[in-house]
Amino acid sequence: MTAFLFFVAAGAALAGALGVVLARNPVHSALFLVLTLVSVAVLFLLRDAELVAAVQVIVYASAIVVLFLFVIMLLGVDREESMEDRIPYQRPAAIGLGVILLAELVFLACHEWATGQKTTSGVPLQGDGFGNNVERVARVLFTDFLWAFEITAVLLVIAVVGAVVLARRSGQRADGRIDDAETDEVTT
Amino acid sequence: MTLATFTVTDTYYLVLAAMIFTIGAVGVLTRRNVIVMFMCVELMLNAVNLSFVAFAHALNDITGQVIVFFVLVVAAAEVAVGLAIIVAIFRRRRHATADDLQALKG
Repeated sequence: MTAFLFFVAAGAALAGALGVVLARNPVHSALFLVLTLVSVAVLFLLRDAELVAAVQVIVYASAIVVLFLFVIMLLGVDREESMEDRIPYQRPAAIGLGVILLAELVFLACHEWATGQKTTSGVPLQGDGFGNNVERVARVLFTDFLWAFEITAVLLVIAVVGAVVLARRSGQRADGRIDDAETDEVTT
Repeated sequence: MTLATFTVTDTYYLVLAAMIFTIGAVGVLTRRNVIVMFMCVELMLNAVNLSFVAFAHALNDITGQVIVFFVLVVAAAEVAVGLAIIVAIFRRRRHATADDLQALKG
C-alpha cells in the first residue's frame, strides 16, 4: 500500500513539474504547481513528516500559489508567450545541461554518504520520550534553532517592507494621492 | 516481487527529488516568462525539501524536518519580494519576459 501510494504521488509530482515547465499559459503552470505541491505533501506524510505536510498544503499550495495567481491576474500576463529564443541554441543547451545535472544527482543519491555525524539535537524521528511529530519539531525549533527562528522573523519583516516599497508607485504619497509630475504609465 | 511487498527506500525519494530539481532547473533556463521562472524556482526548493525529509527519515533525526520550515520561510519571503519586483517592472514596461530585462545590462 505504501509503495502504491509512493508511485502514484511520485508520478503526479513529476507530471505536475513537467506541466509547470511545458504549459504555455501561466495560469495552467500555477495549477500544475498545485498538483506537484500536494503530491509532495503526500510524500512528506509517507516519510513521517506530518507537520511539514500540513504546512506544505497550508502555506505553499494555498498562500503562495494564490499569490502567484493574484499577480498573474493583476498583470494580465495570462496570454501565451512566444517560444522563439533570442539565443538560438538556448533550449538544447539547457536540456543538455539538465541531463548532466540529473545524472550527477542520481549518481549522488544512489551511493553511500559519509554521514555518520549525529546532530546536536539528539531528537530522533521515532522512538519514545519525545511525544508526537509536532512536539519533536517544536522541541528542536525552540531550543537548538531558537536564534535562527528569531532571525526568520526579521527576514519576514524585511521582505514585507521591501515588497511594499517596491510595489508602491513612485511619486505616491503617504495619504494616497499621486503627484501629478510623474505617473509612470507615460514611460516606455 | 509484487507491489504489496515492495519497500520504498529513501533512495527512491532522493532520485525523485533529483528529477523534480532537474525539471525546475531546465524550466528556469528555457522559459522566458518571469512568473513561470519563479514557479520553477519553487519546484527546485520543493525538491530540496523532499530530500531533507528523506534524509531526516534515513538518519532518524528530526532536524531535517526543522530545516524545511526555514526553507519555507525563505521561499515565502523570496516570492513576496520577487513578485513585487515583477509588478514594478511590468508597470514600466508592459511585459514580463526575461528578454525585456536586458536594460539592466551594464
